[in-house]
Amino acid sequence: MSAPYAKLPAWADYGLIPLVNLVVAFIVAGLVVLLVGENPFRAAVILVEGAFGRGQGIAYTLYYATTFIFTGLSVAVAVHCGLFNIGTEGQAYIGGLGVAIVCLAFDSLLPWWLTFPLAILGAAAMGALWALIPAWLQARRGSHIVITTIMFNFIAASIMVYLLVGPLKPLASQAPQTRLFLDGGQLPKLNWLIELFGGKVRAAPFNVSFLLALFMAWLMWVLIWRTRLGYEMRTYGFSPKAARYAGISETRIIIVTMMISGALAGMMALNPTMGDQHNVAIDFVNGAGFVGIAVALMGRSHPLGIVLAAVLFGMLYQGGAELSFEMPNISRDMIVIIQGLVILFAGALEHMFRPSIQTLFATLSPKSAGLAVNGEGA
Amino acid sequence: MDVFIAAVQTLDSTVRLSVPLLLACLAGLYSERAGIFDIGLEGKMLVGAFAGATAAAVFHSALIGIGMAILVSTAFAMIHGFASITHRGNQIVSGVAINFIAAGSTVILGQAWFHQGGRTPALSAAERFPSIVLPGAAAVRDVPILGPIYSTLISGHSVLVYLAFLTVPFTWWVLYRTRFGLRLRAVGENPAAVDTAGISVAWLRYRALMCTGVLTGVAGAYLSMVQNGGFVKDMTAGKGYIALAALIFAKWKPVNAMFACLLFGFLEALSIRLQGTPLPIIGRVSAQVMQALPYVLTVVLLAGFIGKAIPPKAGGVPYVKER
Repeated sequence: MSAPYAKLPAWADYGLIPLVNLVVAFIVAGLVVLLVGENPFRAAVILVEGAFGRGQGIAYTLYYATTFIFTGLSVAVAVHCGLFNIGTEGQAYIGGLGVAIVCLAFDSLLPWWLTFPLAILGAAAMGALWALIPAWLQARRGSHIVITTIMFNFIAASIMVYLLVGPLKPLASQAPQTRLFLDGGQLPKLNWLIELFGGKVRAAPFNVSFLLALFMAWLMWVLIWRTRLGYEMRTYGFSPKAARYAGISETRIIIVTMMISGALAGMMALNPTMGDQHNVAIDFVNGAGFVGIAVALMGRSHPLGIVLAAVLFGMLYQGGAELSFEMPNISRDMIVIIQGLVILFAGALEHMFRPSIQTLFATLSPKSAGLAVNGEGA
Repeated sequence: MDVFIAAVQTLDSTVRLSVPLLLACLAGLYSERAGIFDIGLEGKMLVGAFAGATAAAVFHSALIGIGMAILVSTAFAMIHGFASITHRGNQIVSGVAINFIAAGSTVILGQAWFHQGGRTPALSAAERFPSIVLPGAAAVRDVPILGPIYSTLISGHSVLVYLAFLTVPFTWWVLYRTRFGLRLRAVGENPAAVDTAGISVAWLRYRALMCTGVLTGVAGAYLSMVQNGGFVKDMTAGKGYIALAALIFAKWKPVNAMFACLLFGFLEALSIRLQGTPLPIIGRVSAQVMQALPYVLTVVLLAGFIGKAIPPKAGGVPYVKER
């Protein structure tokens, strides 16, 4: 997004400012820890050790990161087109329906490497479909996409609850979830990858959908910066007026972008269902769609940034779980606060420190404030 | 007669259930009419509910409770203002952030202070708002038709219920009959014009957000101090978003807002009432259908199939003064 501010060198724009925002978010989070009566520095140490200290922790961190790469990419694709897709949560939830249909139908017939591509298609198709209606309403009827996608999150939740307590539930069971997938619906683990580097993993749900996530990140980079469609998306995001003037169809670009975004969101469902729980259960998305907003903001909508931000949030989730053992006062909800603070400081208040950093640059090296000199200090 | 009593009871719970929606909806009306989108109604209600229940339990006073609810909720509204007015940040992003901070901090602080799994201590009668029994309610109870309506539906609610419904004409009066209201509506449509007239756009919008904060605070206090007698984790449960839907459904008008909230409240009351009981003709309606209905209705309205919902023109756009 363009800003009515003077230029900074690229490394400051993409590295320093997000870092400053992040540090401030963590300082405020530290104050909350202090308020709860714990030592924030000790908390940070436990958190990082829990996430990266042992192979087991790393596997879990990457498992969570997989989920957040998908949702982060989903939000970011829409951001490039100037759309705010708050419906990633619902699209991922409905994506689970696609996974469930494919796995329940084929898990006894096909091996996992045939079910997996089908499930990818199923999840992506359902997610895209769930994004299609808000996209169409935005493009043709002018309904604000933020509001419609929020509404669609709730509608998705109602539909999934209805299906999971009804048609998708095995008759004999009480729990609101599908039956367990057979071997054909279970993804192989990637834990050996960590053991290759000397880490020890007892049992962790880190699975092949991580590779799919990385591939999707690369694909998004190609799409946004190396294809005509991506160029059109960025043009529309930068200036809808210019896009219209250039003959880019508004309806097409909004609908296509939102469907890509929805498809990425839908694919998130693969990780917790086929990769971990081996069923589709109620509330399996569990806020990951909203984490995607924070991840996309922190990663500045660039695939590389998103992967890094997703690993950071994976660390918070895994380390946070360890933290709640050590400090009972700090439950998982601490992450929700951090997530909110990151969204606040890296998103809504992203320009708060910019003027002072600009002044700093202007006094230290007048050249860098006027001209984008690359390389120094990077 | 049984059907009649059941209907009156359903309407009675409709009133109770629509009060938090109504307060939050009017809260959103002030900010959105001033050109500030507010997705953070949910979060502000939640911190209001938490602060209210906490202060009421600690100081043993309902009044201190609601005061604290208003104070904390307004503080959150000011954060929203700081981000979206002063720093011209994205209003939606800011609202989302506030919802998360609220959802996380209420549980963390509640657990740290009271050790009851994120709950606050149960409030005694003195720490809650008493129900008001209107004069003659007991006397007319046995009068057919009118008796139950008066004694169940109209009388016997909490002070905050009556206050909420009085806020509707008050908001109408503020918006359409005062100078502040005129300017507030103007700043949501064309802030440049307001600026040209020598009125501070930022200060006006901050004041609108203060109104929002006060009302979401009362809405939260109603949830934790009237409806529930204590704070429970995530007790707003999407009410802030339903209020947002109601606001669109009401086309950003106060009296419409009341009817939209009563409609959504009625749907909720009906879904509770109908749990497991089959209806004639339609058969059994699943609870999920009733829960999804407000959202579906709002989407249909937004799509322009039943009338057109046109938001304030300058909504969501940060105001940049020309230099």
